[in-house]
Amino acid sequence: MSNSITIDGKPIPFSEGQTIMEAATAAGVYIPHLCHHPEYTPHGSCKLCNVKVNGRICSACTYPAMDGQDILNNTQELTDDRQKITQMLFVEGNHFCPSCEKTGNCQLQAVAYHLNMLDDHFPLFYPTRAVDASHEALMIDHNRCIFCTLCVRASQQKDHKDVFAISGRGLNKHLIVNAQSGLLKDTDISMNDQAAHICPTGAILIKHTAYQVPIGERLYDHKQIDQVSLASETLKHDK
Amino acid sequence: MNRFIQDLSEKNNFQPTHLLRILREVQAQYHHIPNAVIEQLADLLKISRTHIVSVIEFYSFFHLTPRGHYDILISDSITDNMLGKESLMTYFAQQLKVTIGEVRQDGLVSLANTSCTGMCDQGPAGLVNGYPLTRLTRPRIDQISTLINQQIPLEEWPTALFHVDDNIKQPDLLLNNLIQPGDALKALYQRGLPETLAEISQAELRGRGGAGYNTAWKWHLCYEGPEENAFCEVAAQKKQQRYVVCNADEGEPGTFKDRVLLNAYAHQVFEGMTLCAAIIDAEQGFLYLRGEYLHLYEKLQAVLNERRQSGLLGPNILNRGHNFDIEICLGAGAYICGEESALIESLEGKMGIPRNRPPYPVTQGYLGQPTVVNNVETFMAAAAIAVNGGQWFARVGTEKSKGSKILSVCGDCDRPGIYEYPFGTPIQTVLDDCGAHDVLGVQIGGPSGVFISNQEFARQLAFEDLATGGSFIIFNNERNILEIVNNFIHFFAHESCGFCTPCRVGTSLLKNQLTKIMDGHGSAGDVVALEELCQIIKKQSHCGLGQTAANPVLSTLERYPELYQQQLKKISYEPGFDLDGALETARRLANRNDAGAHLTQVEETYE
Repeated sequence: MSNSITIDGKPIPFSEGQTIMEAATAAGVYIPHLCHHPEYTPHGSCKLCNVKVNGRICSACTYPAMDGQDILNNTQELTDDRQKITQMLFVEGNHFCPSCEKTGNCQLQAVAYHLNMLDDHFPLFYPTRAVDASHEALMIDHNRCIFCTLCVRASQQKDHKDVFAISGRGLNKHLIVNAQSGLLKDTDISMNDQAAHICPTGAILIKHTAYQVPIGERLYDHKQIDQVSLASETLKHDK
Repeated sequence: MNRFIQDLSEKNNFQPTHLLRILREVQAQYHHIPNAVIEQLADLLKISRTHIVSVIEFYSFFHLTPRGHYDILISDSITDNMLGKESLMTYFAQQLKVTIGEVRQDGLVSLANTSCTGMCDQGPAGLVNGYPLTRLTRPRIDQISTLINQQIPLEEWPTALFHVDDNIKQPDLLLNNLIQPGDALKALYQRGLPETLAEISQAELRGRGGAGYNTAWKWHLCYEGPEENAFCEVAAQKKQQRYVVCNADEGEPGTFKDRVLLNAYAHQVFEGMTLCAAIIDAEQGFLYLRGEYLHLYEKLQAVLNERRQSGLLGPNILNRGHNFDIEICLGAGAYICGEESALIESLEGKMGIPRNRPPYPVTQGYLGQPTVVNNVETFMAAAAIAVNGGQWFARVGTEKSKGSKILSVCGDCDRPGIYEYPFGTPIQTVLDDCGAHDVLGVQIGGPSGVFISNQEFARQLAFEDLATGGSFIIFNNERNILEIVNNFIHFFAHESCGFCTPCRVGTSLLKNQLTKIMDGHGSAGDVVALEELCQIIKKQSHCGLGQTAANPVLSTLERYPELYQQQLKKISYEPGFDLDGALETARRLANRNDAGAHLTQVEETYE
């Protein structure tokens, strides 16, 4: 049985049970994403990976690949929409790249570069959000959280803990931690947890490491996110 | 507190799926969910405290900080607003000496807005501790304020305050042919299960919630399972637990027909659910009742008991060997739970966030098992079809929309209430029957539907023309379209679950962009930007809420572009930066709000 989909006209094989994202990554086709990570259950919330499957918009990270699907990914229309979705993530929080210690290693920033985002487009919300620096080794800067739930999933699925959750509704969504005090220092998170290192933005940071790698020598300072992502995620998907 | 929570958890068998009903009782007891209770529940139900906190913060009727002993919510539906809600609310706040959105200092009373409470035919309406207050007037507000200040328990309040009318104005196919309890089940067993499903198939019954999915096909899929399971042994398929869920989370502003159907025809609705259960071989059903319909809860429980005693529910129904029972689960103030997969999440005791699909609920629904979710009216129609046959139903309506549709008619008309029409009925007929004069337009299907102008009243009620879950709001020529749109857009921004970016951020951006235009701060490109924003929310959102949230703007922009254009300034550039807004923090710090502490955005001479 030859299982095959086409993405932007290119035939791509897939195996039973694979999502469109998995099939695409294995074949070296990059689909922009932020909430997706090959090691965790797909979430489908950031909507950057939305592709057109036989004319219908579907999230590539959750939608199963099925024989005969004709998929559009790298089109002007989708790139424009993805750029706007990224801009929405920027204006919703407080993302000041030049003064953020994650700059150059930040996936949100790298996706924005990739999509050629040159401004915020939408009016900024300037929400008032807190910083939780209570933990000796880690900190949460809520200003930069994009609610991708990667830390939630990493903590549950890899660390076998339950440190994080996303609470609230609509624009009031916010990251909470599993401690009666509501503070990170009172949770059972440790420096070695996957959850401590998974944040695609600068919302969860390792203290005392900020400028060990100088700006200009960081991951996305010289590489596009599509190269980085394909190189690191192909193997993980194959596992 | 300890004992109460312990007993409550025990009563609910320590089931995390029962979290919503446990929290409802805690909220009623303590007027909020205290921290200590969260800790205790986490322990007893063996779930994380973050799970409990996230559920509390998701649903509008749960609170982490105390509400008043009398917690009053006023419906902010457009119809309530048209009946003078705004000034009544101000009056209420004055009488009670409470700030809107807050709790009075003595903790006795709190007053806030809430989304449509489903009393649009008898508004302005509200809720006190979850129970409906209808036809609010100043004298009624005086009366209520006195009762509260005297701390009279709710049970001792005059029942007239809570009176809810059915207002059935025009019955047709279904409402004129009510079945006797048990008749549909008797017909089912006489005719045979597959044969009855064939009748429903022949009736071409489509889901009444608005989406119009073929009901017989949904039941068939739920029973047969997905294609890949088709080769499983029948015995293996049989082992699967299946569920029947009745969606009574009637949250679309302007609709209230399910309220009436459940008040007056609950037997027939439950009978339809039992019928479905027999056909798909389910033993457990749920009625997901929106929290705003708490007043129906006891009555519905009584109907269920009656059915159990008559052998129409419970073990060995009609001695045919089928066991089936129905549980009623109350929501807690979240419009999104009307979306079937969000509803299932909520039934499981979680936040109501729509799932990724596939898999669909028919194959993996409640607790991952095959589940049929249908609207109240759909189950009611299915029961009638079982008795009267598929032909009886299919001869009414249009080619693609068989049978009748029950409408909740409200807004500017003489006789708001429940009207039933064969599909294919022109809008004008409805307007004539309910006594609507000087009509500007009609919102069909609620905010998520479409606004039609008075040039379109020849259009028909039908899935192929104007599909609707039942909401039918009439506006006369004195109404301001932009204000209507604004009310709807605020509603969606408030009810967005926040799961996906386009809806979470987009609906709030849309709200702000519309406000900018309405307030006269829009310039040449702002209507284009508004439409562009609408398109992206519609196209890229995760579920039906986001995909329809921009409809109020899109459908009015298409019909009345000049209304939007007229609001724009004649200047070519308007700074996006809100100069006066930026001073808000400084004003708060300086504790002043005089004219001198404000700046105008643009010098008027620029115009």
